[in-house]
Amino acid sequence: MSKRSLLKNDWVVMALFTVAVLSMPIWLAPIGAAYPDLLQKFAIFGIFAIGYNILFGLTGYLSFGHAVFLGVGSYTAVWSFKLLTMNVLPAVLFAMVVGGLFAVVIGYLSLRRSGIYFSILTLAFAQMSYNMAYSVLTPITNGETGLQLTKTDPRMIDAMFVAPGEGLPSTNLFGMSMSGYSGFYFCAVLLIIGFFISLRIFRSPFGLKLLAIKSNQNRMLYTGFNTKPYLLTAFVISGVYAGLAGALMAVTDPLAGAERMQWTASGEVVLMTILGGVGTLIGPLLGVGIIKYFENIFSALNTNTLHQTFSFLPDWLEDIVVAISSHFVGDGWHLTLGVLFMVIVIFLPGGVMEGFQRIAALARRLSRPQQEKAIQTSEQE
Amino acid sequence: MDAILIQILNGLDKGGAYALIALGLTLVFGTLGVVNFAHGALFMLGAFCAVITQKLLTVSKLVKDESITFFDAYKETPYLELWWGDFGKTIIDWSVPISILLTVPLMLLIGLSMERGLIRYFYKRSHAEQILVTFGLAIVLQEIVRSLFGANPIPTPAPSIIAGSAPIGAFLGLDEALVYPWWRLIYLLFSVFTVSAVFAFLQLTTFGMVVRAGMHDRETVGLLGINVERRFTIVFGIAAVVTGLAGAMYAPILSPDYHMGMDFLVLSFIVVVVGGMGSLRGAVAAGFLLGLLQSFASMNEVKSILPGIDQIIIYLVAVVIILVRPRGLMGRKGVMEE
Repeated sequence: MSKRSLLKNDWVVMALFTVAVLSMPIWLAPIGAAYPDLLQKFAIFGIFAIGYNILFGLTGYLSFGHAVFLGVGSYTAVWSFKLLTMNVLPAVLFAMVVGGLFAVVIGYLSLRRSGIYFSILTLAFAQMSYNMAYSVLTPITNGETGLQLTKTDPRMIDAMFVAPGEGLPSTNLFGMSMSGYSGFYFCAVLLIIGFFISLRIFRSPFGLKLLAIKSNQNRMLYTGFNTKPYLLTAFVISGVYAGLAGALMAVTDPLAGAERMQWTASGEVVLMTILGGVGTLIGPLLGVGIIKYFENIFSALNTNTLHQTFSFLPDWLEDIVVAISSHFVGDGWHLTLGVLFMVIVIFLPGGVMEGFQRIAALARRLSRPQQEKAIQTSEQE
Repeated sequence: MDAILIQILNGLDKGGAYALIALGLTLVFGTLGVVNFAHGALFMLGAFCAVITQKLLTVSKLVKDESITFFDAYKETPYLELWWGDFGKTIIDWSVPISILLTVPLMLLIGLSMERGLIRYFYKRSHAEQILVTFGLAIVLQEIVRSLFGANPIPTPAPSIIAGSAPIGAFLGLDEALVYPWWRLIYLLFSVFTVSAVFAFLQLTTFGMVVRAGMHDRETVGLLGINVERRFTIVFGIAAVVTGLAGAMYAPILSPDYHMGMDFLVLSFIVVVVGGMGSLRGAVAAGFLLGLLQSFASMNEVKSILPGIDQIIIYLVAVVIILVRPRGLMGRKGVMEE
């Protein structure tokens, strides 16, 4: 079997992916990214971006309101911790269900319009939820402070089995604590499952129909094909993914705040998806990896570290370089991100994945003339 | 009755800001067909023009403080005060109105270079890509402002003569206790004036006529041998100026900070959609309408019936409009309708 047909086989892809994700603590160690906090972020935002990609990548519907499902997932998970049990499974399940329900309602209304109207509708719903979470829904969301665990929570199921210990309990999976690496592996397993489902969707007739809607919805409608149920399904699936991601955020750090629902938070997942390569399977994950990794690196830099980095330059040049680059690091990391994002949208609309493809195509073109030359010479002989 | 009058004024005031921003946004959409997510950033830049003016006028040097005699004390004194004494102080006091002089050329420059440098390459691309690239631009602009001016809001007070409240109750023969801030009244007048100026420009000048014709049918105007593109570029500049002025004059009401643009962006899109994409009159009408609705929804009587309504009323209206009448209140039939 040749290399290409091997990669067409789902099981081979899944096996590779599983190995790659689970061994992340090993192969990310050389670049200093192998600590649980960051790995958890990779996995959680990976799930979020994979889900978002099912909607935006396949159908082309640009939603600016997906953070709502993320926020709702977080709130649900924390409430499950407060009322029922510190076990993470019910929290995750509830969050997915609630995220899905929200997606049904918002999706049903928003999908009645397409293009920019769809974007603005999702934006409006996101802002509505955000404002409500800050004002009237304070009994549920605890307003600006955010929803947190307290010692007086009922935790009905836990109360039946275990005596309450000292201090705040931590999240667990049947007794296994969900902090550090075990938390990462829990997220990673869910990421792998999520990726598998997304892979099957991409290669299913359902996925092809979504792609057809993206390329020409009118043609689908003219052939008598009702696109609405398919769009809504895609929307709800991505909402469930977002709910799951929100729940995992609460699992690794049990609190939930309204700022997770703001529309700029939705913008972040758009950035990640586009940066990596929208509509590709692995692209959104690359985007998440790049953004979260460099966020970590760049935010930690400051003028002193910059002076050290550029110390090989002459003094006057060093000062200039540091003066300019200091705007791009630390708090200014978002500036770097914005510039990077603009460059990608302008020159590489397909994201990093398109960059890879272009390099591969260039490499083929460069190697082909040599082969042809070789063939010509052999013919002459 | 008094409360209602105050709410009407409040609403018109907010509406004035909404109308100005939405007018700029819809000018750009109506002429160039570009969905500009960086429009909020233009508003923010306008507000920071007021900040820059204030900083420029108060460039200071350390001068020995004569009033303290028992040790050497130095205090920062603006050059203007050193040169011209009380007149200099007055100029500094009036920095926000003076900032208009800076805002107009600077925003025109920013608008023109934005269109020539970036937006024009996106005419042929999809709306989604336009949204994305301008969203990126908005992030870049807001982060540049943050790295230059910091993350905290910068207070830019109105001139002290009109910092207080106007006794409108006495003007209208109502309760004497009825007062309203002077600057907000001025802002309302200013927005009405600016909106009228833009409309007069479009209705009464040849340039405006060509632009209106181009909005209606770009191709035919082009075939008549008129360089539509150049005029539309200038329209983009004008839109930037209008939005920037709205921001600069808003600075005393809301101290400028770097993310005020993102907050106003969503609002301005909602206003444009409610008014009808590409309809100038619709944008202005919807701006004032939504401003009024919002201020009435924040009255205690209304809030006690429908808690939280003041937070979502605008978005609710937008959702209903998009679902029921996608071309908006005054949109042309067929524009952006499916």
